[in-house]
Amino acid sequence: MYSVRRWAVRHAGALDRFYQGFETLIVKLHPLWEKIGYQRLERPVAKIEQLCKGLLFDCKMCGQCALSETGMSCSMNCPKNLRNGPCGGVRQNGNCEVKEDMRCVWVEAWDGNQKMHTGERILAVQLPVDFSKKGSSSWLSRVREVQQQAVTKHTAEQSTGKQQ
Amino acid sequence: MVIHDEPTPGEMLPILPGHSSAGRLERVLRAGHFAVTAELAPPDSANPHDVYARAELFDGYVDAMNATDGSGANCHMSSVGICALLTRIGYAPIMQVSCRDKNRIAIQGDVLGAAAMGVSNILCLTGDGVQAGDHPQAKPVFDLDCMSLLETIRGMRDKAEFLSGRKLTDPPKVFLGAASNPFAPPLDFRPHRLAKKIAAGAQYIQTNYCFDVPRFKEFMARSRDLGLLEKVFILPGVGPMASARTANWIRNNVPGIYIPDAVIERLAGAKDQKREGQQLCIELIQQLSEIEGVSGIHVMAYRQEESVAEIIESSGVLQGRVPWYPGRDEKLLQERATS
Repeated sequence: MYSVRRWAVRHAGALDRFYQGFETLIVKLHPLWEKIGYQRLERPVAKIEQLCKGLLFDCKMCGQCALSETGMSCSMNCPKNLRNGPCGGVRQNGNCEVKEDMRCVWVEAWDGNQKMHTGERILAVQLPVDFSKKGSSSWLSRVREVQQQAVTKHTAEQSTGKQQ
Repeated sequence: MVIHDEPTPGEMLPILPGHSSAGRLERVLRAGHFAVTAELAPPDSANPHDVYARAELFDGYVDAMNATDGSGANCHMSSVGICALLTRIGYAPIMQVSCRDKNRIAIQGDVLGAAAMGVSNILCLTGDGVQAGDHPQAKPVFDLDCMSLLETIRGMRDKAEFLSGRKLTDPPKVFLGAASNPFAPPLDFRPHRLAKKIAAGAQYIQTNYCFDVPRFKEFMARSRDLGLLEKVFILPGVGPMASARTANWIRNNVPGIYIPDAVIERLAGAKDQKREGQQLCIELIQQLSEIEGVSGIHVMAYRQEESVAEIIESSGVLQGRVPWYPGRDEKLLQERATS
């Protein structure tokens, strides 16, 4: 819903802090998720994610959430699917070039970003969207990503340790 | 079958050390000359001579010409097609690539094809929405955005691989550019977005129409504070407006064009509005060329392409330099012999 989505941007700071805590928690629960099986979890978790984020952000379930990089304004609501900032067509009143009555998703993102303590993340270049992930849970994908990073780091440390 | 009147293909120049491309535009910019680029009006026809006639208008005044990719979401001859024709006779096109109409598979294929034909400059754009053009029923693609497009082509050039990681045997040696609109909200974000484009691979920037010099100066000052001016060549966009009415129409109907009221009032108050529009354009070029970090100018003379040569000449920015065009050197030799 448009009004809820704009509320979410106004409260981007609080939502970001909440999400950081939530992410730490779900990453810690990795052994539990593994026990149940990620594949079995995929559909129900994706459904819950869609409900929560759909309500708050008009989430489009791209499966690679960038809300923390976009001031809590979902960039998939941009009619051009821009992941890296506003296009040159933004109207002088800050509305979208394509949808005249909608505030530009990236004008919102820039506002939301000022409210977040990790304000520099909007400046990072985002990779092309992987459309094969559409509909999947980005929460579960994030947990596996963090796990994978930890494993890679661990093996790298072990191998340098051996060299010494 | 033997074709006797085969056109002489444009030969590639050698790539100089530290350069990404074999192109003249990169050479001119890196040598510190004030560069001039102009937008070629794409024909609504399948006749190659329409392209050549339009290119000829710029002879001796531009270092490269932009082949637009369905600009304003209107259908015209494709940028790849125009570039193919232009490179055949040695012109230096800037191939515009928009993300609106093609996905990553089509775009990467076009980049290889274009580079093989001798295209040395590519301009990466997101593209106007389909609602702006003559086919609002079309499906907008937007698979990549201008930023990921820059990264993709840079990867093809520097890592010699497709976005998928599959290897290329010969990478496309292209000079990569992007657009910038310093006049659209959120204004504070614009210099940061420029920084992102540079991080993604932009080597030169062409901006949208620049009518508000103080606002542009502010943008340049912020960009300088971010340390961007040494990393990129900036060519602000200018163009003559035919009348106050045209300017007003463009302001209201073409996405992303900011024209202050003062400009429209000045045009409306003039006896010969077309002449005044050209005079304003000349003055803007002169003012913009004085700003720190401006490396050239990009002229978009929509439906007034024939006035570009005179505008550039009157502005004096080329300082007597004559950019290459087919037959330039023969003509200069002849002139020298007769004088």
